[in-house]
Amino acid sequence: MTDETLLSARRLSLSFGTIPALVSVDVDLWPGEMLAVVGESGSGKTTLLNVLSGRLSPDSGTVWYRDPAGRLHDVHAMEAPLLRKLHRSDWGFVQQDPRENLRMGVTAGGNVGERLMAQGARHYGSIREAALDWLSQVEIDADRIDDLPRTFSGGMLQRLQIARTLVTHPRLVFMDEPTGGLDVSVQARLLDLIRTLVSRLRIAALLVTHDIAVARLLAHRIMVMQRGVVVEAGLTDQVLDDPQHAYTQLLVSSVLQA
Amino acid sequence: MRGYNFAYLDEQTKRMIRRALLKAVAIPGYQIPFGSREMPLPYGWGTGGIQVTASVLGPDDVLKVIDQGADDTTNAVSIRRFFARTAGVRTTTRTTEATLIQTRHRIPETPLREDQIIVYQVPQPEPLYRLEASRAETRRMHALAEYGVMHVKLYEDIARFGQVAISYDYPVMVNRRYLMAPSPIPAFDNPKLHRMPALQLFGAGREKRIYAVPPYTDVRSLDFEDHPFRAGRAPHACGLCGAADSYLDEVVIDDRGQRLFVCSDTDYCAERRAAGHLGTEGVAEAAE
Amino acid sequence: MAYVAVKGGERAIDSAHTWLAESRRGDPAVPALDLAQIEQQLGRAVDRVMGEGSLYDRELAALAVKQAQGDLIEAAFLLRAYRTTLARLAHSRPVDTASMHVRRRISAIFKDLPGGQVLGPTYDYTHRLLDFALESGDAAASAPSVATDDAAMPRVHDILGREGLIEWDVAGDAEPGDLTRQPLAFPASRDVRLQALARGDEGFLLGLGYSTQRGYGNTHPFAGEIRMGEVSVEIEPPELGFAIDIGDIVLTECQMVNQFKGSKITLPQFTRGYGLVFGHAERKAMAMALVDRAMRAAELGEEITAPGQNVEFVLYHSDNVEATGFVEHLKLPHYVDFQSELEAVRRMRAEAGRQSDVLERSSREPVE
Repeated sequence: MTDETLLSARRLSLSFGTIPALVSVDVDLWPGEMLAVVGESGSGKTTLLNVLSGRLSPDSGTVWYRDPAGRLHDVHAMEAPLLRKLHRSDWGFVQQDPRENLRMGVTAGGNVGERLMAQGARHYGSIREAALDWLSQVEIDADRIDDLPRTFSGGMLQRLQIARTLVTHPRLVFMDEPTGGLDVSVQARLLDLIRTLVSRLRIAALLVTHDIAVARLLAHRIMVMQRGVVVEAGLTDQVLDDPQHAYTQLLVSSVLQA
Repeated sequence: MRGYNFAYLDEQTKRMIRRALLKAVAIPGYQIPFGSREMPLPYGWGTGGIQVTASVLGPDDVLKVIDQGADDTTNAVSIRRFFARTAGVRTTTRTTEATLIQTRHRIPETPLREDQIIVYQVPQPEPLYRLEASRAETRRMHALAEYGVMHVKLYEDIARFGQVAISYDYPVMVNRRYLMAPSPIPAFDNPKLHRMPALQLFGAGREKRIYAVPPYTDVRSLDFEDHPFRAGRAPHACGLCGAADSYLDEVVIDDRGQRLFVCSDTDYCAERRAAGHLGTEGVAEAAE
Repeated sequence: MAYVAVKGGERAIDSAHTWLAESRRGDPAVPALDLAQIEQQLGRAVDRVMGEGSLYDRELAALAVKQAQGDLIEAAFLLRAYRTTLARLAHSRPVDTASMHVRRRISAIFKDLPGGQVLGPTYDYTHRLLDFALESGDAAASAPSVATDDAAMPRVHDILGREGLIEWDVAGDAEPGDLTRQPLAFPASRDVRLQALARGDEGFLLGLGYSTQRGYGNTHPFAGEIRMGEVSVEIEPPELGFAIDIGDIVLTECQMVNQFKGSKITLPQFTRGYGLVFGHAERKAMAMALVDRAMRAAELGEEITAPGQNVEFVLYHSDNVEATGFVEHLKLPHYVDFQSELEAVRRMRAEAGRQSDVLERSSREPVE
């Protein structure tokens, strides 16, 4: 592992019964870069995300995270309180279904402000200002701040989830199919937003998607997975313009031409 | 009382409860599970407070029991009688004379002293219960000091009502570490918890939890810097004794909506009247 | 008119007690109930009070029923409070229901089996027609008797178990938990869950069991066996070093045979739900077995979707003495807290009136 990566993993393996979900997977993520993990369902990409974020334990292999002070931490050897704290501050997790990550009975402002309050923010006015600021950054109307998410559309919920996640300026964000289930036009707007925010805030992100187009638009580097194995990895444009592995070629060629 | 041990509980049970109390005092504000026993009064009617009182009561103690601040509400009468029968201790209505005070929903107006103990009856010991129903999860939240969700609730109140809408059982931070439910005392009483010279013990019989605030401990009501905690009371003076700083009960006088406000703390009011303070409806009482 | 604070709580309570005693006795011209009548002729009430009161003593339960005027939860509370004062002398060995002196034993999963289907004294096949003959008299009925051979009545799950068709419970070394001494803690092991169910409210468990049958966490139950009769209780005093029989108690036991579990790799087996209660109480034993099995969802890898499967929900709300205490405590004065709420609402209304903005928002249609 070089002394620059933010997150690294070596030889991750995990099986569910006899089904191999991860087969000796290595990952490196540098600060400020977006890495896309693509593959069809069953490829192991979501499992990889869960193992890298400490939510699932591998059968073997290690995941290291470098904190702002430069210290390395073995994610799966960390104590539960520390890992939970990491998830609330330095790290973010954007779920495919925003409802899983939002409090549906709490206003938009409360949802965005929660991480700030969890970290000790105690000035109502400042919390509300930060919430307003973030709502505008994710292009949600300011006067929705006191509305319940119940009244939001799918795209708005996803943008609210992103605001709620980014409000504490995490250095690393895990994203699981963030545009899944959304209309094409809504997707485009969301992808644009993610790209702008991630680059402006210099967030490192690990993005799981089955959609090659999403990877091409957002990611600097790409990993292609098939049945738990990383079949190809490299710079996004290089891999997608000149795929070497048969499976990657299949994926690329099966994308409908606009 | 024949056939029963002093204060009803057997010594083994008292020892078990005292062990829990010691743990509680060692970790201010933290809920200690204990093997609550079935008592002759129903769960929810003070069995936790009664078990705590029974475990710390001694033959030389002077016991005061109040409910809603008054000595003569029916449940206070019932509990005081229980201890008179099973322990034979001296009882009193005067806060200054008591060594042990068992209370439901109020803290006496008269400041308590270092040689006194106050025992609170607690219906729901878990301050997070309305936000998180699972006790397994709230236990984790206390262990990790994950109290963000409580501040979210305060934020929501201010966004919706312009102020925090919690008026009793207002959550407090004890010793800067544990979030605690002070029992359903009105928010008005919260400031009395802070650095109180007396030992404060809390018993929840049905939920089977004991907790404590040792003397002179930091107890702060949750708030925001720009929306500080406010201890509200009815903006009146007591009709009987004229007190303008005590918590008041609102009494409906007639069917035309006439109202009278009187001190909820009956002993405090009686002492003031005995000392000559009279409100608009007050009648001078002979000193007792 | 000058306001006079109401006093006299003590006198009010005394008068209430006297009135209660009067109403409990009812019309003095009507003969008073004696305990033997209750114990003998209201046996099901007595059984329920023993079960929920967690104390096997028919006379005390009958006394409680009389004192409570037939309010069975109040009676169970009386028994529980009494139980607290009793010294614990010994632990019995686990009772052996295989050696039960059976009065009733049925199985819904076999047409016939060793020992046969013994209907016993059951309401099951009666027609629910009020018997007006009972108004004027209650002639002692006399049932025919036939000698039975207890030894030839194997438990149904032993029959299934011989083929390995049903999961097998193995006795562990660990001390069983005791809810009468320790507070409930999670995760709650099966012994604690079963203890909570055994003393839980019959109505609550009945509703939950019913809900599982209707799809809220269905476990595909079959009544493998229900048996009711006497078992002997044995203790092993350390001074003797061997077990002695200290008496018999009547128990009702229900074994449910539930949804089989397994795959191509692990051989499928039926799973079990278990119910055991004092006295003759089939409804409770069956409901208990349904809920026991539903609460094992997590351990059996099933999705938890229903209240009957939610262990915290079931265990925290099944104790009717706790439940009635808290529900009824709402009768206690709460005027101090209500006063605080009154002042808060008055304050908020006054401030809202001062502002021109409308604070309420109607829900909106999603805009995209």
